[in-house]
Amino acid sequence: MKNKIIRGIPVSPYLTIGKAFIYLPKDTTLRRLKRGGNIDGEISLFENTRKKSLEQLVELKSELKKLPSSQPAKLIDVQILFLQDPSFLEDVEKRIRSDGESAEGAIIKFLESLERDFKDIPSSYIGERYFDVKDVGDRLISNLHNEEVSEEVKMGLKGSNNIVVAKRLSPSETVQMKNSDKINGIITELGGKTSHIAIIAEALNIPAVVGVNGLLDEIKSGDEVIVDGISGIIVIDPNEKTKRRFEQKEKEAKRIRDEFFKGRELPATTIDGYSIDIAANIELPMEISYIKKYGAKGVGLLRTEFLYLTSDSIPDEEVQYRFYSEVADTCSPDYVIVRTFDLGGDKIFKTEIKEEANPFLGWRGIRFALSNEGIFRTQLRAILRASAKGNIRLLIPMVSTVGEMIKVRRIVGEIMEELRTEGQSFDENIEIGAMVEIPSICLLADRFAGVVDFFSIGTNDLTQYTLAVDRGNKRVFQLYDHLDPSVIKLMKMTVEKAHQNHKWVGVCGEIAGDLVAVPLLIGLEVDEFSVPPSFIPQIKNVIRGLSLKEAKELLGQAEKKESAIEVRRFLKNELLKRFPSLKDILVEAEK
Amino acid sequence: MYEKKAKIMNSLGIHARPASMLVKLASNFESKVELEKDDIKVNAKSIMGVLMLASEKGCEIIIRAEGEDEKEAVESIVELIEKRKFDEE
Repeated sequence: MKNKIIRGIPVSPYLTIGKAFIYLPKDTTLRRLKRGGNIDGEISLFENTRKKSLEQLVELKSELKKLPSSQPAKLIDVQILFLQDPSFLEDVEKRIRSDGESAEGAIIKFLESLERDFKDIPSSYIGERYFDVKDVGDRLISNLHNEEVSEEVKMGLKGSNNIVVAKRLSPSETVQMKNSDKINGIITELGGKTSHIAIIAEALNIPAVVGVNGLLDEIKSGDEVIVDGISGIIVIDPNEKTKRRFEQKEKEAKRIRDEFFKGRELPATTIDGYSIDIAANIELPMEISYIKKYGAKGVGLLRTEFLYLTSDSIPDEEVQYRFYSEVADTCSPDYVIVRTFDLGGDKIFKTEIKEEANPFLGWRGIRFALSNEGIFRTQLRAILRASAKGNIRLLIPMVSTVGEMIKVRRIVGEIMEELRTEGQSFDENIEIGAMVEIPSICLLADRFAGVVDFFSIGTNDLTQYTLAVDRGNKRVFQLYDHLDPSVIKLMKMTVEKAHQNHKWVGVCGEIAGDLVAVPLLIGLEVDEFSVPPSFIPQIKNVIRGLSLKEAKELLGQAEKKESAIEVRRFLKNELLKRFPSLKDILVEAEK
Repeated sequence: MYEKKAKIMNSLGIHARPASMLVKLASNFESKVELEKDDIKVNAKSIMGVLMLASEKGCEIIIRAEGEDEKEAVESIVELIEKRKFDEE
């Protein structure tokens, strides 16, 4: 059928047209080869993965050699020798050739048998060696997956202008996709606005639509598709008229983006002289260059889960320290707010968290950190060491009680003492803030003001917890809108109590990047917005066209509306009166 | 075939670092080299084999090699264990 339209959730404000490429990842988990399966293929997959892992370890070793102590580099030797161990190579090859295992299955089964053998050894130092082996095993598996994805993608992609269509994409798969210059857009059946695929696609400027019900039944490889990341519309096999309309829209959106981009370095100051800081939300190392490019004043939210989710193992203190330092150096003298791991909920660290009945009400954020103090302390040490130049702030996710912040402060104090003893430098006066995601913190903001240096409002979770809506749930997601009057009221309570106690407030949730919400946040007098870097120019542009006085009036009227829909309609109309050219880039949120 | 006994002298035994040294040394020789302790035999060119032997201070292991450079292989490993004490002391 010509011109079939399906809808999903728009996640990155770009449009594109291309050919569908259906990406169906092989089910790699302990897959067994069929009779007469591709044995040589699995052997060469294993061999390529092993070589790649070996190269990485040799490089890591030469990095570690620069350290004053020679011990760490020597420990890597064990891992390097493991990858060259004849008994390992023979065993894996035998499992593939004779037992019909896949490369992954063979590696995992070998590691399991090794673990059993090591457990029988009484000596404690040898027992610990298993962790070295486990570490190198994790590296192999993770490289194996990447190898498989890039093989798959290489084979499937022909020509340029491909639109990847998938059931779901893991973070590492998304990054692999980016590595191919043949990919123009992404559509997935699963995933919500805050899923990793959404954050990464946005960061990498890939047009993307997620959460498209029944996607894989509608589309087949080779179909021509339009992906509209602004409205969430997908057109399969579009007719000429539709194509012309989308090309026109893309041209106009690009023209406006370019126009705004010219003003990116100008300050975010209203007509009547009220200024706020516009900082960037950053997660991937490759985004660091965007901070300067889009005119951000520092980083208002440095997410750190990426370090976990793409490596399959716990990144050590040095790896973390290098990443935080690099971002801090890039921003200096502006600030970088580092948020500690927000694991749990929809960001699951595979090996640590068992399935929970209600993950969003479960073991995540600071709750997870306080019961995994080892992981938490390693991260705090890395952050504190990187704070030596004085431009890092610490942000704690999913705080629900004052007691949690007191515990965090105690642990930070202990680590500072540790660092002092070691003679390491750090910022003695580092600011420690709490994410405002749970309504309890808004209701008791005056008490929280006694234990935090600043607040950072994360509207995605705050909206979800206030309205009790899981946005990924198709049956209820219509209820989700961060412009709901209840959410506005909670933000207002927080800002008022914080300012009375001389604490500052930032907003790092999606609301800060929602253009129609800009007058509200200005009216609330929040001190800082943090948004995806590419949003900065347009937000600054809107702020420069408003006055604080009118923003307060708009806030006053919006507060009286009955529903999020009314608030949105009202704000959109007001905004278009002032900025008619925004028509084509306002993300459609009318439901 | 050539073999010799050696006594582990360094205080921590053959832990990760000495094991790496031993495997690297053994891998330099053409001969097949094995280590034996308490009737357990392992390939001296396999890091996991050597670690699995769990050789602590004071225990005795047999170093056995077979091939053109068997004598040289065994002697240099004995030297690493007993004389150089894995360069630890």
